[in-house]
Amino acid sequence: MDTKDFSVIEHVMVPEHHVMTREEVDDLLLKYKISYDQLPKIYHDDPAVKTIDGKVNDVIRIVRNSQTAGRAESFRMVVKRPKK
Amino acid sequence: MPSPKRVGKIEFGLLSPKEIRKMSVRKIIWADTYDDDGFPYPQGLMDLHLGVIDPGLRCKTCGNKASDCPGHFGHIELAKPVTHVGYTRLIRKLLRVSCRECSRLLLSPEEIYKVLGPEEERNTDVITEKDVKKERICPHCGAQQNKVNFEKPTTFSEIWTDENGRKVDHKLTPADIRSRLEKIPDEDLRHLGINPDVARPEWTLITVLPVPPVTMRPSIILENGQRSEDDLTHKLVDIIRINQRFKENQDAGAPQLIIEDLWELLQYHVTTYMDNEVAGCPPARHRSGRPLKTISQRLKGKDGRFRGSLSGKRVNFSGRTVISPDPNMSIGQVGIPLAIANEMSVPIRVTPFNIEEVRAMVLKGPVRGSLTEPCGANYAIRPDNRRVRLNELTCETVAEQLEPGWTVDRQLRNNDIVLFNRQPSLHRMSIMAHRIVLMNGRTFRLNPAVCPPYNADFDGDEMNLHVPQTEEARAEAHMLCSVYNNILSPRFGGPIIGGIHDHISGLFLLTHTLRWFDKEETVSLIKFNPPEHLPKPGKVENGIEYWSNKQVFSMILADDLNLVYRSSSCKDCEVCKKGDCEQDSYVQIANGQLLTGTIDKKSIGAFKGNILQRTIRQHGQERGAQFIDDFTKLSVRGIMFDGFSFGIDDEDLSKTEYKQIDEGLDEAMRDVKRRIQIYEEGQLEPMPGRTLEETLEMQIMQVLGKARDKTGEIAGRHLGLSNSAVVMAVSGARGSMLNLTQMAGCIGQQAVRGERITRGYEDRTLPHFKRGDRGAPAHGFVRNSYKSGLTPTEFFFHAIGGREGLVDTAVRTSQSGYLQRRMINALQDLKVAYDMTVRTTGGRIIQFQYGEDGTDPSKACFGDPVDVRGVLENVLKEEV
Repeated sequence: MDTKDFSVIEHVMVPEHHVMTREEVDDLLLKYKISYDQLPKIYHDDPAVKTIDGKVNDVIRIVRNSQTAGRAESFRMVVKRPKK
Repeated sequence: MPSPKRVGKIEFGLLSPKEIRKMSVRKIIWADTYDDDGFPYPQGLMDLHLGVIDPGLRCKTCGNKASDCPGHFGHIELAKPVTHVGYTRLIRKLLRVSCRECSRLLLSPEEIYKVLGPEEERNTDVITEKDVKKERICPHCGAQQNKVNFEKPTTFSEIWTDENGRKVDHKLTPADIRSRLEKIPDEDLRHLGINPDVARPEWTLITVLPVPPVTMRPSIILENGQRSEDDLTHKLVDIIRINQRFKENQDAGAPQLIIEDLWELLQYHVTTYMDNEVAGCPPARHRSGRPLKTISQRLKGKDGRFRGSLSGKRVNFSGRTVISPDPNMSIGQVGIPLAIANEMSVPIRVTPFNIEEVRAMVLKGPVRGSLTEPCGANYAIRPDNRRVRLNELTCETVAEQLEPGWTVDRQLRNNDIVLFNRQPSLHRMSIMAHRIVLMNGRTFRLNPAVCPPYNADFDGDEMNLHVPQTEEARAEAHMLCSVYNNILSPRFGGPIIGGIHDHISGLFLLTHTLRWFDKEETVSLIKFNPPEHLPKPGKVENGIEYWSNKQVFSMILADDLNLVYRSSSCKDCEVCKKGDCEQDSYVQIANGQLLTGTIDKKSIGAFKGNILQRTIRQHGQERGAQFIDDFTKLSVRGIMFDGFSFGIDDEDLSKTEYKQIDEGLDEAMRDVKRRIQIYEEGQLEPMPGRTLEETLEMQIMQVLGKARDKTGEIAGRHLGLSNSAVVMAVSGARGSMLNLTQMAGCIGQQAVRGERITRGYEDRTLPHFKRGDRGAPAHGFVRNSYKSGLTPTEFFFHAIGGREGLVDTAVRTSQSGYLQRRMINALQDLKVAYDMTVRTTGGRIIQFQYGEDGTDPSKACFGDPVDVRGVLENVLKEEV
């Protein structure tokens, strides 16, 4: 297989990643009564983030299969990875 | 309470020589401490300006007495700068990234841009050693750079090759380094992540040494009147002495060699003064040979300032002693020796409503001679917060003065609530609240059923006890930490407190198969937890009423319990005969009546107990605790009804069995020999992915393992449920059939790392065997049983196998302990907020829903949020 065709997103072990829209993010922050910096973080060079083209300060919705809950949602803000 | 504030930033800086001089109240020049009259030398290390420790004297700086003077810093002017051991890494980095001539950063602005990115996007990234290529030419002044070598603990040198191709090693003195670092421009420092306003790099080389106040290095007076100085003072004396000599030599114009030696000596003393455990530096020692405890040692490690004095400290109102069992107590109680109850106290405020009661306690004083006497009091606290110790002389006068507004420290009495704890406190059940029962003797007593959560046994374990001092603390202890609240474990949603050992054996013996008891026997079995009425007798024969053993057990069950499951004696038959099971292991409980089945580990045991778990889910924790108390007492009666013991002759088998065992083992030996022969003839087929040797080893292990199991079967056939060890193994109380096999049949192969024993002498394990012998006895097969006794070689192999187990446990405990510590440090401040998110104290979200499903495992049923099975069983009253 050509390595360029490979996308981590399609792998069974990789959960769904979506970039959220501005409105969705505002709703999210309102729902949990939090500010941006209280969200969990994900690095900008994370392979999944790169594939869905997430930019720094975007919020990514991750939907994964959960042992306890079936499906579980979580949200992460993209941050620039510090050196080393 | 002030409202919580957010920490905006924390600044880490260095103390500059200027600052040190500014905060210093006295320049210290004399190495001596006290003169012959015991008075401190002026400008000596114990100068009165630095604070006072002797009572009566006044501080010359602040004028306060010893108890109020916080102490003040002094300083020592060093003859030449020395490096600070704590900053050698930083010094090395700075030397390597700055030019040796002009001290500028060895990167051009373009290169800096390449590493850090555009000005406005720069975050906390800084330039590191790796960004600068070694031995390059300075882009600013064009000077050739040399390699900077760092040798532990504090030596720096430059290395280059001269015209003749020889390597030159030039030592950099702290003065050289200081002058280089001084010249680094502020702007370059910012690129390196250093804020030059608070930390100029040359301050890492000490020119002025602060002398800590005497209050942090107090001298103590020994019994013989001699003064003994603190380790830090000793070290400071050394520093001043050498510094003084250094100065004298310097002024006298001593040869360079001597100066260098003294410089190095001064460096050594300053280094060990700050850290006496630096690699590559012999620790400074006390006259007795003990290494000195200097600044770093005061802070580091378990007993250091952080872990020993700040995160944890000594506590009052606590007790510690050996524990011992008392099965007659409730699980929620703890037995306390009178001596401890007399010493520890609870403060009670005097009010018009209790004044007479309290007055009686005060009058009684601190002496309580027996369990039956009412409690006394140890202290009375007046409204002005003065404490009055109560004794025969004072208690009468205090009792007269007593009025509302006073507080009295009352001794402990029955039913007081206390926190009980056993280390290591690995989970929340390691500290639980118990109710006090005063007892004679000198040990804490507890119900053996609460041993599993504490992981306690009675082979000399000690436990701690804490007495909550306020009403809030007592309420929290009662409502959050009580034993009743902790029967269900938050780890797996099942009971962690339950029957152990004899409780399981006892109920197994009582409930196994059907038995009938007459009225006298029935009553004697349940006399410690009698029901209001005896149930209707199960049968009447010749006018005598009989109750079945299952009826007796059912008397302690909740009335509406419906359960069907298989007990731990179940053999997983292919076709289950259910109610007609030969082992009586099909447990059916309908409407609180045990119909069939034997009660054992799966019913009432800690971690597994089905009945216990269902009782708590349906009737709450109080009823669950009641059930535990009931069945522990019933099981003791049950086990005493028949008696239960084990002796050496319980391992005896009959001649036929011994013959069978011998034959089985002989056959195995022959099999092993045959396989070895096949291997030696080269006829052995290797298994996929294995070498010939590995294949042979695996085959031998398998044959011998099978042979051992076979002896177990033979022994098991002979030893039935009349054997106590079998009862314990089958019921799950303790031990397994394997233990029994090893006692009566054959111990089997001893292994190290899962393989036969191969190490020892050349080509053999012991000199008792021929070289290259691959047979079973030569590689750790123990043919004998513990009963028949081991041969000397077998004994040796057995010791090897046993030692491996010990080493494994020792290694595992230390590793898991450290893992646990790290986990706790990482997770300790997380909590579940009201919206079910898991958050840090700063409100940052860790999980959007606790456990992703928002369920509390201790309220769930072995992991499932809803106990569907339990509901169905209650309706259908049959197996689901």
